[in-house]
Amino acid sequence: MRLQQRARNWRNGAAMAALALALAGPAFAAKDTLVVGMTLEPPGLDPTAGAASAIREVTWANIYEGLVRIDAQGEVKPALARSWEMSADGKVYTFKLATGVKFHDGAAFDCSVVKFSYERAVAPDSTNAQKAIFAPIDKTECPDPATAVVTLKHPAANFLFNMGWGDAVMISPASAANNKTTPVGTGPFKFKTWVKGDRVELTRNPDYWGAPAKLSAVTFRFISDPSAATAAMMAGDIDAFPGFQAAEAVAQFKANPKFAVKIGFTQGKTILGLNNAKKPFDDPRVRRALAHAIDRKALLEATYSGFGTVIGSHYAPTDPGYLDLANAYPYDPAKAKALLAEAGIKPGFEMTIHLPPPVYARRGGEVIAAFLQQVGVNAKLAPVEFPQWLDQVFRRSEFDATIISHTEARDIEIYARDKYYFNYANADFKPLYKAYTEETDHGKRVQIAQQMQRKLSEDQPNVFLYLLPKIGVWNAKVQGLWENIPIPANDMTAVSWAD
Amino acid sequence: MIAWLAGRIVTLLVTTLAASVLVFFVLEILPGDPAQLILGVNAREDTLAALRAQLGLDRPILTRYATWIGRFFLGDFGVSYTYGVPVRELIVDRLAVSLPLALMAITLSTAIALPVGVFAAARRGRAADVMTMGAAQVGVSVPNFWLGLLFILFFSVKLGWFPASGFAGWDKGIWAGFRSLLLPALALALPQAAILARVTRSAVLETLGEDYVRTARAKGLTRSAALWRHAAPNALIPVVTIIGLQFSFLLAGTIIIENVFTLPGLGRLIFQAIAQRDLIVVEGLVTLLAFTVILVNFLVDLVYAAIDPRLRTGAPA
Repeated sequence: MRLQQRARNWRNGAAMAALALALAGPAFAAKDTLVVGMTLEPPGLDPTAGAASAIREVTWANIYEGLVRIDAQGEVKPALARSWEMSADGKVYTFKLATGVKFHDGAAFDCSVVKFSYERAVAPDSTNAQKAIFAPIDKTECPDPATAVVTLKHPAANFLFNMGWGDAVMISPASAANNKTTPVGTGPFKFKTWVKGDRVELTRNPDYWGAPAKLSAVTFRFISDPSAATAAMMAGDIDAFPGFQAAEAVAQFKANPKFAVKIGFTQGKTILGLNNAKKPFDDPRVRRALAHAIDRKALLEATYSGFGTVIGSHYAPTDPGYLDLANAYPYDPAKAKALLAEAGIKPGFEMTIHLPPPVYARRGGEVIAAFLQQVGVNAKLAPVEFPQWLDQVFRRSEFDATIISHTEARDIEIYARDKYYFNYANADFKPLYKAYTEETDHGKRVQIAQQMQRKLSEDQPNVFLYLLPKIGVWNAKVQGLWENIPIPANDMTAVSWAD
Repeated sequence: MIAWLAGRIVTLLVTTLAASVLVFFVLEILPGDPAQLILGVNAREDTLAALRAQLGLDRPILTRYATWIGRFFLGDFGVSYTYGVPVRELIVDRLAVSLPLALMAITLSTAIALPVGVFAAARRGRAADVMTMGAAQVGVSVPNFWLGLLFILFFSVKLGWFPASGFAGWDKGIWAGFRSLLLPALALALPQAAILARVTRSAVLETLGEDYVRTARAKGLTRSAALWRHAAPNALIPVVTIIGLQFSFLLAGTIIIENVFTLPGLGRLIFQAIAQRDLIVVEGLVTLLAFTVILVNFLVDLVYAAIDPRLRTGAPA
């Protein structure tokens, strides 16, 4: 009896396997699900209540949409607003909204949702990480349900671009409070499940108002260990790793025709941050000397296997009006020594560099310390955890130097702030930035943007090192993934499998 | 016996309470503001204040401790700052991975180590002993994460028998869950087994030299009967101690293996929570783990009593 039972089980099992194979056959021809690897797990799934890039990398453009969106080239494109007009003085934006749009829970989208979303972001109890981008808004009005009129207090050059960020997505009053755990948006994908510590699963939204997604389901899996990520790619557990961290493993993927490797631009402006309020870093000659002392190509070689782009200012190559100032301070130890001597710095001068955990800081710090040694500067390395970095370096400005990557998009504005951790506070730069933000003519804005870049290059408030590379590794049959990341995102709307 | 039990239980609770005080206040003085961590570098002061109020971080520290520990003993561990879900839910989810993993690892390690240790002791000084103990020496020296990587490269990447990482979930069936845990359990078990085998061997060797074993041999028992009936059972106390320690370690000390295999277990939860200053998760979890370790020690004491009648009756040992 027992044996018979077992035999029957075996037979059933075999039949099931055959059936599974038969079903898998056609499914192979048109694969329409994708497993995407990410290094960090998002802390919550509400991009309007947290700064982490990982939140946007799962939800932006997939689950949530804003009035406008940013495309792979960093251009502003229509999303829930199908078109818009700006008044001549640059202060009034009139958005024509898409009609018949429903949130995933069935709630309707119209102008009242726009008003709700923007007003919620600036409310006293708002926990929007980028509250400042909404600051220019004076009021949002709804002449009819399909039109939203946003009036600004003053012209703001980046306003439209900023409204394309995850922080400015449209959320429904009914579901806003629960978006952190069960996100509800208007996007082409719906939230299915989140196995904490492991993965988030999305499914296609069958009622999407626009062109439906080609993938029927997307799974984001979180793998923090670079060698585990490499193994998971190799074993085929993961189809795409758009933000691959193990630069030294890239060669083996390049050599394998099963994989496509795409190196692109991020927004990660990596700097040797200097405390401009502290002697001797208040002296531009010292800062320029440090810039001359570091061979940034060699630094990239040591930290990212040579991927990445050397920059000379706080501006990414994908942004409008980029100037290539990478060679403003060529590697020249003799010149660095001369500048230091001129500023009265004696050989053997000691400074401390605070290093947060990422590889660009920890490994980069060792390389930079070695370069500084060559010009007679003894750099002590102080590894710190990220929370401590935020507390000591960022909040209290108690540091000489630090290595950090500013990954926020188009954030040259930080040099115009009165109080920011590197204490630049330059009287000439501030009016420049104000002119930039209030200029409505594109050509003139580009000119001012270039002036700002030249000014920063000349002053070197921080030593501008390089732009972090965006290393994308995916199955060669996957198409439609972004090669650059002008803003943090894994836009799945146009992704599909080639036959 | 009952007085002894009651005494042990009181000790257990007091130690847990002491651990909770230590954990709570040490974490609170760590630099790093959870609100700033969540909201990042562009957050404005008013936004940070709003979030702190929302998370209850604006209340005095003693009030926060009192509320937290009061609820803790009622089974309410609070709500995670980052995930926004109850901490208890997070822990229960992770236990579904960590507990089976620890049990599998400890079963494997014990099943390998005990026979090997006794076998080596029985053949002390002979080739078999030298070889097994040599292998054990290698096992002790090999880090488990490296072993894990080797397993992944061979069994997952090359042969494709097991997933390279991640946990399928028990809802996909017992076998799917088991398959995800087998390689990490093996990677954890082998170095542990090596340690345990060496302890077993020396414990058995020690008892083999005792008078009662000679007496047993003298009354006519064969060598192996004396070994299994008299020497091995008497060698169990140090072995059980080590197994108890290993189990506590396996429950939460598997951060690295969980990272290598990307398993959503307790170790990774605690690691992530510390990095993100999700203090309430760390506090709840560490206190709970301290409680578990104390509990395991308590159970080990009970096992001593079971395997050694002298400890049970209170007779001099």
